[in-house]
Amino acid sequence: MNVPEELRYATSHEWAKVEEGRARVGITDHAQAELTDVVYVELPTVGDKVDAGAPVAVVESVKAASDIYAPVSGTILEVNSALESDPALVNTDAFGEGWLFVISVDAPEEVDALLTAEGYREQIG
Amino acid sequence: MPVQYTSIMDEHQTVRQSLGVFDISHMGEVFVSGPNAARWLNRLLTNQIEKLSPGEGQYTFLLNEEGGVIDDLLAYQHAPGEYLLVVNASKITEDVAWMEAHLEEGVTLSNRSDDYAALAIQGPNAVAFWESFFTGIALPARNRIATFTHNGTSFFAARTGYTGEDGFELFFPATQGAAIWSALLAQGAPFGLKPCGLGSRDSLRLEMCYPLNGSDLSPERTPLEAGMAFFVDLEKGDFIGKATLEAQKRDGLSVRLVPFKMVGKTPPPRSHYPVVRDGEVVGETTSGGLSPSLGTGIGMVYLPASWAKAGESIEIDIRGRRFPAVIEKKPLYRKQA
Repeated sequence: MNVPEELRYATSHEWAKVEEGRARVGITDHAQAELTDVVYVELPTVGDKVDAGAPVAVVESVKAASDIYAPVSGTILEVNSALESDPALVNTDAFGEGWLFVISVDAPEEVDALLTAEGYREQIG
Repeated sequence: MPVQYTSIMDEHQTVRQSLGVFDISHMGEVFVSGPNAARWLNRLLTNQIEKLSPGEGQYTFLLNEEGGVIDDLLAYQHAPGEYLLVVNASKITEDVAWMEAHLEEGVTLSNRSDDYAALAIQGPNAVAFWESFFTGIALPARNRIATFTHNGTSFFAARTGYTGEDGFELFFPATQGAAIWSALLAQGAPFGLKPCGLGSRDSLRLEMCYPLNGSDLSPERTPLEAGMAFFVDLEKGDFIGKATLEAQKRDGLSVRLVPFKMVGKTPPPRSHYPVVRDGEVVGETTSGGLSPSLGTGIGMVYLPASWAKAGESIEIDIRGRRFPAVIEKKPLYRKQA
């Protein structure tokens, strides 16, 4: 299973790419493989202020609806509107074109609390 | 049976286009025999059991005193006075307890659910696969059941299913379960046979609007409300629950189970979502999901019979947002001719 080194991970299977006080967030390759067949993504609204761990998006596969949680506290800066017409990008390119949203990193220490690639690999065993 | 082996989408299309096998060993097999078996079953079940000839089966309902559904099942007649009931896994204990409580002289009941494995083989390649696997043995006609021995294993095979595709269900000793499963998959490869899970079983049956007990059928709803009058014979003698059904037929139904289709791009509906009409919650979805064949969300709901007709608009409340849907006719999916 693909777990890129440069990303940080939440135990709830989101990845975060942190750059210049912003985090780009998606779900991991492992998560998309478990969900399979993503058919709808409900994205947050730009400007929403959310706490780390709060549900901010919903990824619907044929199997189930799954909440996606904010890995850090901040304000939603961008959402991936390409998912509205092509939700399967979450399956085909989980760490790239399948990203969900960008959030400001209001508390940098919350990034340190996320798992490293090694820690996440251990979790999904 | 797992929810999926590879993906619900793939497994669904496998059954629609080639051939899938479902492990339905969890389902219950109850044998009823004796000189009074037919008369007794006719008192317990909604369909006319006397219509069956040896080797024939019918879909039927077991009702409570109020006419609500305890279970939906298939009743097969092996020979005069010998019947096999195939019942839902989650209802084996309840069905058997109900039948035992109503047991009469001249009827023997035998719950053999643990002794039998069962596999459903479904898809357009079913007939060709049968001829290759069971060479020389006749595939029973629609709704019929055959009894035979093949390579030392005794089988019941019924030409039925829950997918809307041609296919058959095999019942055989549970001790042979793993061996038969492996043999089928190995010999089925040229026919595109793949193992399929509970997820595609649900999406396939929902496209056909076949009700699922515990979701679309419940002790609070009658088979008439579920749109299953075809499997209820009100002309035959008395049966448990008949009075309620006669009253519903006389006075008209207050609610009716109808299928619906989402309009435009929406999240897939799922069971227990509120259904809204003119701003008022008028019901709750009993089933829902994405239809892989139609590429849109579909579901079923009990709605007031006065207006719940094909073409009427409703809204489905999905996490607090309302999305448009339209009531449709059954089935939601029709095979291309």
